[in-house]
Amino acid sequence: MKLKDTIHRDLYKHLFILVLVLLCVFSSARVTGAQMADVFNNLDQMGIFLQRFLSPDWHYIPKIIEPMLKTIKMSVVGTTMGVVFAVPFAFLATTVVTRNFFVTTIIRFLMSIIRTIPNLLLAALFVAMFGIGEFTGVLTIAVFTFGMVSQLVYEAIETIDHGPIEAAESVGATKTQIAFWSIAPQISHQVASYSLYAFEVNIRASTILGYVGAGGIGVILNSSLSLMRYDRVSIIILSILVVVITIDWISEIIRKRLV
Amino acid sequence: MSMNRKLKSYLPIIIVLAIILYSAAGIDYSEAGNMSFDMVKSVLSGLFHPDWGYVYDGSGEDLLSLLLLTIGIAFLGTVIATVLALPLTFISAHNLWKSNTIVSKIGKFICNVLRAFPELVYAIIFVKMVGPGPFAGVLAIGVHQIGMLGKLYTEEIESMDEAPVESMTAVGANFWQTMFYARLPQLIPTFLSLALNHFEIAVRSAATLGLVGAGGIGAPMIFAIQSRAWDKVGIILFGIIITVFLIDAGTGYLRKKLQ
Repeated sequence: MKLKDTIHRDLYKHLFILVLVLLCVFSSARVTGAQMADVFNNLDQMGIFLQRFLSPDWHYIPKIIEPMLKTIKMSVVGTTMGVVFAVPFAFLATTVVTRNFFVTTIIRFLMSIIRTIPNLLLAALFVAMFGIGEFTGVLTIAVFTFGMVSQLVYEAIETIDHGPIEAAESVGATKTQIAFWSIAPQISHQVASYSLYAFEVNIRASTILGYVGAGGIGVILNSSLSLMRYDRVSIIILSILVVVITIDWISEIIRKRLV
Repeated sequence: MSMNRKLKSYLPIIIVLAIILYSAAGIDYSEAGNMSFDMVKSVLSGLFHPDWGYVYDGSGEDLLSLLLLTIGIAFLGTVIATVLALPLTFISAHNLWKSNTIVSKIGKFICNVLRAFPELVYAIIFVKMVGPGPFAGVLAIGVHQIGMLGKLYTEEIESMDEAPVESMTAVGANFWQTMFYARLPQLIPTFLSLALNHFEIAVRSAATLGLVGAGGIGAPMIFAIQSRAWDKVGIILFGIIITVFLIDAGTGYLRKKLQ
């Protein structure tokens, strides 16, 4: 076995790509002013921080249960709203149903614009528009979920079996009837599993939405940080960890039953 | 009998609906009333008349240089994560540790813990450690992505085709030889493809890390939102959307070539 028989078939091409990547790395490092030395120089700083961070204030737990529940509720309502709006729009974003290339292109373009806006910026925008509070968080999660789920669903619609559609058409079904009776049953499982996935992502995201004023646990995280109460910050972060792991575990169980 | 079966199939749906309704009842909708028509109108007019003067003014604090910085943060963070996720992957893949299963469990646990916190939480911690600036953002994205990529890489290794590995072991190859000649040639394209996908995700995150002082476009964005300078918000959003689109298209093209 020689070297050229393995992965190094195109050794020179690979080397060229490697050099290119390294160039990008060095220029990025220069632009961002990355100083690995900083990490080691500030070890004492980190030590102080970790010391306070690793002595969590256990008495604070009762105070975070309420906002944590709020965060979960916000995620549930936001995810539901997002999915409810995403499914009909996903139908419009495929030519399978509409047979109208123009409508499909416009809807897809709008969807991709919604998807590119990072959710924290979206939250900040909504906070500026509606003020601080939980409803703003729900709205942000809904819009974010809409962008995520609509794309997944229209990709699912494009891969379905066209037999039932043709059958329904041949007996004179309208487009709405086809969407309901020929397509929806084929994608309902996928929609359920995507909704679950979106919910997991949203739980992670909603914990920090409060940072810009959109309700929930993030609000306390923000205030504890600005008060330098790292013992509280660490208990909040721990609680986020527990909730995220629990939700992941539950949705893993549900997903196994769905399949 | 049939009643019981009916109940069984409807029970999950009823439970889900109950959770949704309970959550919806627990949200405070009072600020939905704060939405003033004038506010929305001024936001929209600002978003549709962006402040073109901010695109480039040569000061290094304009849109183009900040967007470049944001891409730099995302790139460097992803590169660090791509490299550091490899050793973690080799620890957490259960098919490399057939003799002691505990090692892979520990590896997976580390991945889960790293993944559970949003980048913003890491950014807050690193800003405290190395001071505010882009480098804190690089570290935040890096650490979070190690967990993300570690999990995906591990799934890849665990689901790979073992036949070449077995045949090499049969002719007396040791662990490292199978690693370099049988495993890596299979894995590298997929790993790179995943890393590219996560680079695009990292660009989105990097755009928001400025909220907590970790460099990039997020800081001017949040100032513009808070000071209600909608024309500036418009141009920054426009810039972010175009950047994410371009990165998305670029990584999509490269990932097609890798397959």
